[in-house]
Amino acid sequence: MSRAFQTGRVNWTPVLLLLPAIGVMMFVVALPLVFSLYTSLTSYRLTRPETIWDFVWFRNYERLFGNRDFWVAFGRTILFLTIALNVQLILGLGIALLINKITWGQRTLRTIMMFPMMFSPILVGFQFKFIFNDNIGILNNALQSLGWTDRAIPWLVDGKLAMFSIIFAEVWMSTSVFAILLLAGLFAMPRDPLEAAKVDGCNAWQVFRHITLPFLMPFAFIAMTIRSLDIARAYDIVKVMTDGGPAGRTELLWTMIARTAYQDARMGQANAAAYLSTILSIAFTYYFYLKLVESRRYMGGVQ
Amino acid sequence: MAGITLAGVEKHYGRMRVVHGIDLDIAHEEFVVLVGPSGCGKSTTLRMIAGLEEITGGEIRIGERVVNDLPPRKRNISMVFQNYALYPHMNVRDNLGFGLKIAGQPQAVIAERVREAAEILGLSELLDRTPAELSGGQRQRVAMGRAIVRHPDAFLFDEPLSNLDAKLRGQMRAEIKKLHQKVKTTVVYVTHDQIEAMTLADRIVVMRDGYIEQVGTPMEVFNHPANTFVATFIGSPPMNLLPGRIEGGQVRLAGGEAVPVPARLAARVAEGLEVVLGIRPDDISPVGHGLGEVAEPADITLTVSIAEPLGMESLIYTTIAGQEVQAKLYGPRIVGPGEVLPFRLALERAHLFDAETGDTLEAR
Ligand SMILES: Nc1ncnc2c1ncn2[C@@H]1O[C@H](COP(=O)(O)OP(=O)(O)OP(=O)(O)O)[C@@H](O)[C@H]1O
Ligand SMILES: [Mg+2]
Repeated sequence: MSRAFQTGRVNWTPVLLLLPAIGVMMFVVALPLVFSLYTSLTSYRLTRPETIWDFVWFRNYERLFGNRDFWVAFGRTILFLTIALNVQLILGLGIALLINKITWGQRTLRTIMMFPMMFSPILVGFQFKFIFNDNIGILNNALQSLGWTDRAIPWLVDGKLAMFSIIFAEVWMSTSVFAILLLAGLFAMPRDPLEAAKVDGCNAWQVFRHITLPFLMPFAFIAMTIRSLDIARAYDIVKVMTDGGPAGRTELLWTMIARTAYQDARMGQANAAAYLSTILSIAFTYYFYLKLVESRRYMGGVQ
Repeated sequence: MAGITLAGVEKHYGRMRVVHGIDLDIAHEEFVVLVGPSGCGKSTTLRMIAGLEEITGGEIRIGERVVNDLPPRKRNISMVFQNYALYPHMNVRDNLGFGLKIAGQPQAVIAERVREAAEILGLSELLDRTPAELSGGQRQRVAMGRAIVRHPDAFLFDEPLSNLDAKLRGQMRAEIKKLHQKVKTTVVYVTHDQIEAMTLADRIVVMRDGYIEQVGTPMEVFNHPANTFVATFIGSPPMNLLPGRIEGGQVRLAGGEAVPVPARLAARVAEGLEVVLGIRPDDISPVGHGLGEVAEPADITLTVSIAEPLGMESLIYTTIAGQEVQAKLYGPRIVGPGEVLPFRLALERAHLFDAETGDTLEAR
């Protein structure tokens, strides 16, 4: 049977069997990729379809390199990523360690901990938009009733505070990813090395620092890899809470790109920016992946 | 000077009592082996000494210090775990030096002690490998090295050889013995392997169900078992136990055969006493195929049910008074099932136990 397909030296059977998969991949991944890469080299505007044929080479990219706003958004995205990931890691670690200690009601707590992940980011955005609203927001209301302040703190209006509020919402929503993965790590952790370390003279902190933490790092890096990809494409929360405002001070890469693409209708330009942003995602993900591989190397010798 | 003393040490897990007030004095530099069947509380006892398990009652002293409430790090002991418990993310050098580093020793001291320990244990070539890159026996040696670099007051071993294959276990057993001769330190060693117990121990502690059944040198425990449990637990194949009753200065076995009471015990038995006669397979042999001279022979004719030739000797299964009994045939002779042979019992090495309590009738 398979002989019939062996023309010359090439065996066509595997190719034939893979054809449907290859076809789907082409249609779903390769085609849009090539198409968007092509449009990033044109002056394509959504409002004037014929501009898709206006090939301008690298003019979109050149314009980006000279565009200060773009690089500010780029830097802000990196900052956002770094702060959010670190805060989530530290909080997630704390939560995981606490829950690991609890013996009674642990299952319930674990389930409750996942609640924030069950909401759409858009809804989380709306929720925090109303919590942080300076006039009617519950936060300012609470602060005022407690008598801690009589001002209306401009949570979403002041540039710095707005960034803080967005990071807060992001942390609220995704810390549990870290907590769950680290908790899984703690469950998988062998007890013997911990006891060996105690006998070797470690106090509780030293056991944590020298044994528990290195063991958890692979789990932390898995969480980092997943989350860095997710946060680097942050759009929904920001769009809902501040829409990049005030005056562009919370503008991240993707809110800027979406604005260029759909409000200004400059699809070619937006695609060029999107390609540059992808590099950021890849860089972060790759970095954490390398760290993951490195920290996992030792884990074979647990037993 | 650091011996270890347990006084009335108890351990309860909730309502379950696991260790029932044990007393034990371990001398400085003594090698003591805790042995007993699975679940008898050996590990628990060891972990209480280490401080990894709180004690419910009693007192533990290391040297002159009462350590009941001291955390493990303040007890100056080292422990070797069954699963080695190496630090997977550190190489052998760092595994060995970790305890010293935590203790804040200077780099030079750490390097020197690690080098010394690695040399003793033949690990010098492996210092840069991680535990994942070591064989089971090598990991075992690293675990031991980690214990000796700190020059502790005592070593605690919890079944350190149980994960190794038979050959390696024999080698490591010899190495542990050599190690103890080189690094004179108090050792408490847990095992359920009675050969390890016999070969390593200065003194053996036989445990059962959270009680100590007997403490003694390997020879004492082997030659003078305190009760039927110790008698069957120490020695392989185990001692044969035959129930009977004292009648006219003889032990009349349940099946009707009678053998004389061993001379050394004659004064200690009363007429009509229900007893158990204990005799090791080595002390029942076909006439002419025994182990040396027999001072107090008793001859019985027995039928072989199965014979297992082991080269220069054979293990023979037979029955006395309806009970299965193991006997040893020394020499290259092969016997087959169904063969009827005269057997000779070496009664001077037989034991008598009280049938009711199981305790030995020997003076103790
Ligand atoms: N954390 C615990 N909670 C309740 N019971 C326990 C706990 N740890 C041990 N036990 C019980 O204590 C008893 C003694 O256990 P231990 O581990 O000391 O046995 P062991 O003599 O070391 O046996 P083995 O040779 O199988 O290792 C066992 O019956 C065990 O079920
Ligand atoms: Mg045990």
